[in-house]
Amino acid sequence: MVTYIIRRLIGALAMLFIVSAVTFSIFFVVPRLAGVTADDIANRYVGRAATAETVVAVAEKLGLHDPVVVQYGRWVKGIFVGAEYDYGTGVEFCPAPCFGYSFVTKQPVWPDLMDRLPVTLSLAAGASVIWLVVGVSVGVLSALRRGSVFDRGAMIIALAGVSLPPFFTGLVALSILSYGLGITAPGGAYVPFSEDPVQWAYSLILPWLTLAFLNAAAYARLTRAGMLDTMGEDYIRTARAKGLKERVVIGKHGLRAALTPIVTIFGLDVGILVGGAILTENAFSLQGLGKYATTAIAAQDLPKIMGFTMLAAFFIVVANLIVDLLYAVVDPRVRLS
Amino acid sequence: MTFLQLKDLKIHFPTDDGLVKSVDGLSFNLERGKTLGIVGESGSGKSVTSLGILGLHKGGRAKISGEVWLDGEELVSASQEHVRTLRGKKMSMIFQDPLSAMHPYYTVGDQIIEAYRIHNDVPKKVAKKHAIDMLGRVGIPQPDRRVDSYPHEFSGGMRQRAMIAMALSCDPELLIADEPTTALDVTVQAQILDLMRDLQRDFNAALIIITHDLGVVAELSDDILVMYGGKCIEYGSADDIFERPEHPYTWGLLGSMPRLDREVTERLLPIKGSPPSLINVPSGCAFHPRCAFEPRTGGKGSTLVPDLGETEGGHLVRCHLPREERRAIWATEIKPKLES
Repeated sequence: MVTYIIRRLIGALAMLFIVSAVTFSIFFVVPRLAGVTADDIANRYVGRAATAETVVAVAEKLGLHDPVVVQYGRWVKGIFVGAEYDYGTGVEFCPAPCFGYSFVTKQPVWPDLMDRLPVTLSLAAGASVIWLVVGVSVGVLSALRRGSVFDRGAMIIALAGVSLPPFFTGLVALSILSYGLGITAPGGAYVPFSEDPVQWAYSLILPWLTLAFLNAAAYARLTRAGMLDTMGEDYIRTARAKGLKERVVIGKHGLRAALTPIVTIFGLDVGILVGGAILTENAFSLQGLGKYATTAIAAQDLPKIMGFTMLAAFFIVVANLIVDLLYAVVDPRVRLS
Repeated sequence: MTFLQLKDLKIHFPTDDGLVKSVDGLSFNLERGKTLGIVGESGSGKSVTSLGILGLHKGGRAKISGEVWLDGEELVSASQEHVRTLRGKKMSMIFQDPLSAMHPYYTVGDQIIEAYRIHNDVPKKVAKKHAIDMLGRVGIPQPDRRVDSYPHEFSGGMRQRAMIAMALSCDPELLIADEPTTALDVTVQAQILDLMRDLQRDFNAALIIITHDLGVVAELSDDILVMYGGKCIEYGSADDIFERPEHPYTWGLLGSMPRLDREVTERLLPIKGSPPSLINVPSGCAFHPRCAFEPRTGGKGSTLVPDLGETEGGHLVRCHLPREERRAIWATEIKPKLES
């Protein structure tokens, strides 16, 4: 078990290394192949007014003329010990962990990411609890009352849920509930949990519901299918033959088995979500990681995009690791060795 | 009073294609300490019957009629909740494939403990002690250690032993074994059959063995019931069925049974055709399309449903052929072929 965890940790580190190398290549090698020179990149740091000589000098100081491998090594080194960026107007220090230095805002990327993380975490935490509880409950009830009005209704709503993107449902919900009826907070509202937990929940309830609707629908369908499968298993018949109450047969024997794949997907979904709920954050103007990413992309702010990508990859790799470990707890047939 | 009595039990399932008559008027009696073998092909209604006795079709889509009397209580009309309290306690069941019949996420011990505690209000520790006793009793070595194993950590034979331990944990008076040895190796099959025979003697339970394998029932049964198309087509003592069978289908079953005392070069005699559809049951005798002797019934085979008539001494046969003719065919045409 311990060796398994160590092996998986090493694997996770290797994965992050590969992701960083690939991402770095996409942002710094592929443009070169397309004809973008080191000076073009340097141009972004110094602004439009700079002379050609300044640009070349800055490119030299930033090491943009060095081989890509060297540049990548410097970038990785920055994560551990920090880095200095000199683009003509003065030397800027980017303390460790330095995930890059934005040439648009002239700021290190990492503190920005850490500023945005609580918003995204808040969004993910609330939404995931809602969609897990609602999705699994609806799925179980649908499976047990297969073909009933409830089942059909729930599955039609679920189909709508998985089909409608959050930027649509989010905007509809905002315009009706917030701006029409005034029940919920308007877009862009966010109160940190540490300031006022009640206001925190109030400000986030609509984004939570919007995001949860999408995933609850998927989970309801998944749970329903899993329960229908499981309730037809021989061991359910055995449980009934023992004389167990139907409630126990469903809860202890049926749901227990049907939940295993749900646990896996839930872990991965939360991991992906913590890396930024891009559509939902944009719909509600929440200043989370997803919104940060879209802003950076629009501004072609490569260091920011790179930093965001690495953080998102980190969360997904961690979520994967947790899911793998959890799987062995949930299913005794999985042996970690 | 008869311990278990089925009277004209019918279990029908409405489907989009029509009514599936899985069990269509089945009657038999069984006393404590006795064993009944129910034999038939896949789809003959054997398993549906056993689940029906346990009341496991209740609340589903099945239409159930007739009577099931267990120790003086009628179960078909009894409430679902009442039948549930009898399951596992008064009557219990052993299933065909112990790997899929045991929950993969719970230890063998937990599953036996659960079965025991449904009907016995005891602390978990006491139940665990009982589970270990039961595992020892069915011949599992080191039961105090194996009690914490998961089903997938057991071999097939061990799993079936554990399944038997679970079924017997509440000392049931009626035990139904649905193809208990089908999923097992031949050598293990014999061990499990021995075990079941010994345990039945110890517990003095009534035992129903459901199988498609005449060899299995030959080992254990006092009486044998042959099912075809949801109906009983022949019923009698083991001697009746093996020594004096009178139904052409039973002859077919005997002919298709591999036997060690016959020459290997001999071919088995399969029954031609396939089991009947339970929605569009053939007119007349359900077996007539596959029956070699149907022409000798003078047309009755395909038009009239034969009655289950008594030949002698409790031996029942559902066939249009006159008794003398059946006996003559068996003695002159079938028996010599089987013994050659």
